[in-house]
Amino acid sequence: MTQARARGNGTGRRRRRGGEQPMVPDAEFTSYYGRPVIREPAWGVPDVPGYLFLGGLAGASSVLAAGAQQSGYGELARVAKVAALGAISLSAVALVHDLGRPSRFVNMLRVFKPSSPMSVGSWLLAAYGPVAGAAAVSEVTGILPKAGRAATVGAAVLGPAIATYTAALICDTAVPAWHEGYREMPYVFAGSAASAAGGLGLLATHPDHAEPARELAVLGAAVELIAKRQLLARIAGGSDEQSLAEPYETGTTGAILRLAEFLTAGGLAGALLGRHSRLVSALSGASLVAASALTRFGIFKAGMASARDPKYTIVPQRRRLENVAPRH
Amino acid sequence: MSIDPAARAGHLDHPPRMGFFTDTSVCIGCKACEVACKEWNAVPEDGLSLSGMSYDNTVGLGASTWRHVAFIEQAVPASRVLSLVPSDDAPHTGTGDAAEGVRWLMASDVCKHCTESACLDVCPTGALFRTEFGTVVVQDDVCNGCGYCVGACPFGVIARREQDGQAHKCTLCYDRLGAGQEPACAKACPTKSIQFGPLDELRERARLRVEDLHAAGQDSAQLYLDNPADGIGGGGAFFLLLDEPEVYGLPPDPVVTTRDLPDMWRHVGIAAAGLVATAIALGFGKRK
Repeated sequence: MTQARARGNGTGRRRRRGGEQPMVPDAEFTSYYGRPVIREPAWGVPDVPGYLFLGGLAGASSVLAAGAQQSGYGELARVAKVAALGAISLSAVALVHDLGRPSRFVNMLRVFKPSSPMSVGSWLLAAYGPVAGAAAVSEVTGILPKAGRAATVGAAVLGPAIATYTAALICDTAVPAWHEGYREMPYVFAGSAASAAGGLGLLATHPDHAEPARELAVLGAAVELIAKRQLLARIAGGSDEQSLAEPYETGTTGAILRLAEFLTAGGLAGALLGRHSRLVSALSGASLVAASALTRFGIFKAGMASARDPKYTIVPQRRRLENVAPRH
Repeated sequence: MSIDPAARAGHLDHPPRMGFFTDTSVCIGCKACEVACKEWNAVPEDGLSLSGMSYDNTVGLGASTWRHVAFIEQAVPASRVLSLVPSDDAPHTGTGDAAEGVRWLMASDVCKHCTESACLDVCPTGALFRTEFGTVVVQDDVCNGCGYCVGACPFGVIARREQDGQAHKCTLCYDRLGAGQEPACAKACPTKSIQFGPLDELRERARLRVEDLHAAGQDSAQLYLDNPADGIGGGGAFFLLLDEPEVYGLPPDPVVTTRDLPDMWRHVGIAAAGLVATAIALGFGKRK
């Protein structure tokens, strides 16, 4: 006896919200009154996207500081060290502020769990923060210059981990638009971080003294643009059915990410072509910093949107089941 | 092969793994489980409103709702209504299969106490832990409200409570289990839709039950999360459903996110190494 399929009948089916006209018809699927299957992470705006941006800016600034110090760009190294300390301090404030019980933030260091990117990140932060701080304080005050140089190198080793672990932090969730992009997200974040740090260096330093910042900005922006394209191409799945790229491409989030891409590309071109102009260099740098922040906000919002709509959870899982064991 | 989560968590000499088998085919939607859970665990009220979703005004699991009864009204051919009754005795509202009848599905949802728990894996403070019974419990005095578990759960079960900023969910009545009692919801269930016991026994009982239902013509009856080979290593709480999981608001093929974490760390490592190499390249670049 064939089962009388309830699809399309009654209230088990998802109801479309008022008046929305999708460009591509949604894949047919069933849900419980259109309710989300998973829950949005209990993470606030601007705290968490701000943290993603600032952590990246800090970590990559430490990379720039060490490179600039080694190759004799003293002024740029100073800017980058101060930027790293400022950004990591603000990011720590954002992180603690987002906790439901901020007074218990030290519980983050109660255990070390490699299975929790937040635990790994907390320990990284506990190690990196003081080192980046020592590098900046020594630079500005001139005390203990040898220790300061060692701290600069130390920060350049830990900083890259700070800038990239946040990709695992958001991808290690049930949020479809983040999780399915885990193979590319670390490169998007590394590129975005490098482009922000390089951009800040270009903004704050005369172009004659900012060559390493320019190189970092150009490399970072190029990596970010390519990795983000690859991420979206992968999660779109090459199917006319439900695409996980949709939350990245539609609505306000789509506009934010398109603006970010435009500013990144513009900043990249300006950094390459405007090397003799203080104004063009500074504008390019500002564009890249803004683009990095917008990219993190956009990615954050896309993930939250994919958690809220049950189709992004149900349709890929249903497709996966049907590919493994055809149902009848 | 089936994982022993309590032993893996370091409980060397532990009692058998305990769990829930929720047989939705005999649920009558009385919500006694919701009430008993709130009463026993002193879970605060979380608002009263009319949802318009059949008899479900609870809407879903949350920080202050650890049992949730779903109600689904489906239009089906009249012959499908009351199909557990022999067809000669079944009252007919119309003429044969073409006539419309209503099938009313009810199901009590709860935390799945996954064998591979994403919430427990990602918790940075150790507030979430595995008990000797193989269940997953939050320690209220440790949780700092970071919210990571909330987005990691593939079922949207655990949530942060606004009043105290901490994460809360079903404890499978850890206190009652310790005293040799069954959980409050199972105790209160008048139809034995919620069954509590050693997980091995429950799985065996569920397999027999689904065979009976198939023999009675309920072809759509299916077990959900009973299989240790699934994406969460099987649930400590599992279900007998009369339709596809998504009809009840459950994900059809949940996979614990941390299965991909080693691969995530690998990509993070490559990206970070790229940045370190960039620092070195900048340092040995054109000298000023």
